[in-house]
Amino acid sequence: MSTQPSRHPGLNLGEPHAEAHSANEEFVFGFWVFMMSDFIIFGLLFATYATMLGGQAGGPGPDELFELRGAFIETMLLLVSSFTFGMASLALKYREDRKWLIIWLLISLVLGVAFIGHELLDFHRMFDKGGVPSRSGFLSAFFALVPLHGLHVTAACIWLIALLGQIAVHGLDHGVKISLTRLAILWHFLDIVWIGIFSLVYLGGLA
Amino acid sequence: MNHLSDLLLGRLGRDALPFWEMLKDPTTSSIINGIIATGAAAMVILGALVVAGLLTWYGKWKILWRDWLTSPDHKKIGIMFIIIAMVMLLRAVIEAAIMRAQQALGLGGGFLSPEHFGQLFTTHGTIMIFFMAMPFLTGVINHVMPLQIGARDLSFPVMNTVSLGLTAAGAALVMVSLVLAPFSTGGWSGYPPFTESAVNPGAGVDYWIWAVTLSTLSSTLTGINFAVTIYKKRTRGMNLMRMPLFCWVSLCTAILMIFGMPPLTVATALLALDRYLDFHFFTADLGGNMMNYINLFWAFGHPEVYILILPAFGIYSEIFANFSGKQLYGYTTLVIATMAIAVLSFTVWLHHFFTMGQSAHVNAVFGIATMLIGIPTGVKIYDWMLTMYRGRVRFSIPMVYALGFLMLFTLGGLSGIILATPSVDYQVHNSLFLVAHFHNMLIPGLLFGMLAAYNYWFPKAFGFRLEERWGYRAAFSWIIGFMLAFFPLYALGLLGMPRRTVTFFTPAYLPWTLAAGLGALVILFAVYCLIMQLWQSVRLRQENATPIGDPWDGRSLEWATPAPPPEYNFPVLPEVYSHDPFTEQKSGGRAYQRPERYADITMPANTAMGVITAVTGFLMAFGLTWYMWWLVIASGAVALIAVIARGYARNTTRVIPAAEVQRTHERWLDDVARTTPVTRDHEHTRANRGLAVPPEQGAIQ
Amino acid sequence: MSHRELSAARARERATELKSYITGFILALVLTLIPFGLLAFTQLSRMALFCTIGLCALLQVVVHFRFFLHITLARNKREDLQLILFTTLILAIMCGGTLWILFNLYTRMLPGMIP
Repeated sequence: MSTQPSRHPGLNLGEPHAEAHSANEEFVFGFWVFMMSDFIIFGLLFATYATMLGGQAGGPGPDELFELRGAFIETMLLLVSSFTFGMASLALKYREDRKWLIIWLLISLVLGVAFIGHELLDFHRMFDKGGVPSRSGFLSAFFALVPLHGLHVTAACIWLIALLGQIAVHGLDHGVKISLTRLAILWHFLDIVWIGIFSLVYLGGLA
Repeated sequence: MNHLSDLLLGRLGRDALPFWEMLKDPTTSSIINGIIATGAAAMVILGALVVAGLLTWYGKWKILWRDWLTSPDHKKIGIMFIIIAMVMLLRAVIEAAIMRAQQALGLGGGFLSPEHFGQLFTTHGTIMIFFMAMPFLTGVINHVMPLQIGARDLSFPVMNTVSLGLTAAGAALVMVSLVLAPFSTGGWSGYPPFTESAVNPGAGVDYWIWAVTLSTLSSTLTGINFAVTIYKKRTRGMNLMRMPLFCWVSLCTAILMIFGMPPLTVATALLALDRYLDFHFFTADLGGNMMNYINLFWAFGHPEVYILILPAFGIYSEIFANFSGKQLYGYTTLVIATMAIAVLSFTVWLHHFFTMGQSAHVNAVFGIATMLIGIPTGVKIYDWMLTMYRGRVRFSIPMVYALGFLMLFTLGGLSGIILATPSVDYQVHNSLFLVAHFHNMLIPGLLFGMLAAYNYWFPKAFGFRLEERWGYRAAFSWIIGFMLAFFPLYALGLLGMPRRTVTFFTPAYLPWTLAAGLGALVILFAVYCLIMQLWQSVRLRQENATPIGDPWDGRSLEWATPAPPPEYNFPVLPEVYSHDPFTEQKSGGRAYQRPERYADITMPANTAMGVITAVTGFLMAFGLTWYMWWLVIASGAVALIAVIARGYARNTTRVIPAAEVQRTHERWLDDVARTTPVTRDHEHTRANRGLAVPPEQGAIQ
Repeated sequence: MSHRELSAARARERATELKSYITGFILALVLTLIPFGLLAFTQLSRMALFCTIGLCALLQVVVHFRFFLHITLARNKREDLQLILFTTLILAIMCGGTLWILFNLYTRMLPGMIP
């Protein structure tokens, strides 16, 4: 699709951003390797969750605790934010237009924060129904897996805010570009992990 | 007031002092144990005070800060990793000797309390794995690998300082646990439900969790750094199949670190959730299941074994080739064997818990997978022997370690094949047979490898050779001491003595425990020899100087630089046309050339990120251990702000002007021209200034 | 920071990449809606639901890798692809092994833990 050879995962900035582009090769590859390591953590937590499904110890189970509506809203928020972050990457690559870049980033940020807020609301509802992590092994497994994803999203949002600050201070220099490319990878990666969560935990639990 | 001290100190009270028990309840046992524990604590405090005092006396604080602690130079970071490893080695060996003494006197009693003995074997294992072996191999790879692939530094120098900071914080935490006791008694593997708060509510297990977590994070980051460096920073012509074997094992180790560390991160994090937030992962009630922990822990534990041994394999490959004066035999098969071991190591973790209760066919699958690893390892052993075959073998100190390794490691491997048979494992599991087996792999494998590397690359790092008389004494004492200390444990295991036993009542064990105790004394002597060797070497550093940088007639690129190498390693990045590029250059008369032109070199600037990580990481872990929540929040906030602020920094490099590079390089080239080269007969004499007589028709001189 | 004029080639490239993001988004949307819709509005058997959910999830992961993270089969992307495949292999070994071992243990010792 791209006419230039691509050198790393995620959107390649390409020749017009020569300096950032070549520095990116090493930085983004390193970050990508880190993501793979993180992937193993999530994978093991998924496996642990599956082995703890039976450890409900008479406490509330998925049927009583999970709500399809909440999971659907969160899924949509994250999916749309992944798309808007893609738009931000395109704005960075082709126009170097600060206004549109910042608009897309802000939309992604708002969606990310909305996701976290909605997830917290969900947890709160679960707590009210007696679904606290200390109740059973199953709930422990749930509250290790899903909030860890939420923590990642929170970290990504903090990173994004810090980057907006950097844009204000330094403009779109190559440090910002490298960071944005890596943040984009994290953002899309978290959406992939969420596919696993909504499929295995929510849909699988309610099926 | 009481409320305030609770808030400030959490659950840290007077009873954390190692002599408190002895004062409160003075019995013979509590006094003996109290004196030992207090002595250890005093050694930690005295050691810290002596170091601080010497630094002040000689006025070196500023140099320490500017040239070492904040330096992003991979060579210095490597050296600092190794210093941590050696300090921790000293402590863990002393602990091992105390345990051997206890078992030698342990018939019907002994002098240690079970609690104290439990702490000793837990800290011994934890330190040896996470704070001796890991920093040692990380340090050696850090120092050597970029030089060998012709790079100026690792891909992420700042992250490298952060890795060092995390390891230092973990090591400091383990050291502090001697002063503000106790440490965990749950063994280095920390199995629940024993380590759950219901059984073990004290601070000990928390010390263990956070020390291990810090080390794990450090290793994950290090692994990423090494892998990216090898993928992206090789010099021109250095394609993967031309890399020295040590770089290949570094790559495989890095991959194992990246993918093998996460299971431990998960296991300790879930255990921490159980202990701090009342989760029920591994508890005995409410749907918890401790088998999950054991599974996760060993899903890390087995790749870890190969993280420990692969670098040593690489080191031995370099040493066998170099001290036989030959090219490494079977390079390609060694590469394939290394890769095979790396992948297979992910498929065998169940052999650590054959007896947990799964069915015979599960055990059989993992037993067979375990035995399969013997094949690539055997390939390596043969390759090393064939490297020596018809070579001009020089029995230098690294070679003594390597030969000791070759024989002892093969024996240990055979006992491993025995243990890989589930039905045999049922008989000897949890006995001293197992302890003998893994010490037989790790001491001749890992530790001899690291000591060989230390003797081999020391002149490269510091510009003078290590003293040889004490070096030989150390090497032979290690080999003999190891055999005396651990071969009896095979017999004890077969006689049925369980591991981690503080006392026993079977007189038949006694001769073997006494022999093992004698072995521990010999090992203590070996450590003494190592200290003497270092002392003598520093004293004789002028006589043994090798400033030209090639004392062993080396074959790979790191020997083509001065000793110690300049910060930027190579004035001009070299181009490589074959294996063993430096040997090729020397025999073609193309070594020590003047480059046509010099260019400015951009290097990373100093950064305090490593120090900030070390301090905040330590304080956070310490606060978590003792429930000082204000400290956790404060240090966490500082760390977060530091990371964000680092993102705003832009002037993170400094430029070394071409003229300076030229001046430094040409001064060294003038030295080369003035120095008389030596043949291998004079390798160990003072005539060896680090310049070798070039090979003639491929044969070393 | 005014709008820079793009060369014709850059504009074309931009259009293709924009299209790729939109395609990915629509595909991901469809693959999300199918399992949610099936669960909410139909009475499929549990097994059939599990299979559809699993299949859609796998496809969606591939879609995200392909369209959002730009991992393709192109020659110069091999390193990244290999890394993903290796990670998948390790994940399969670790997670598959974990499930196999633990459920084997459950059938023998803790039948209550089997959901």
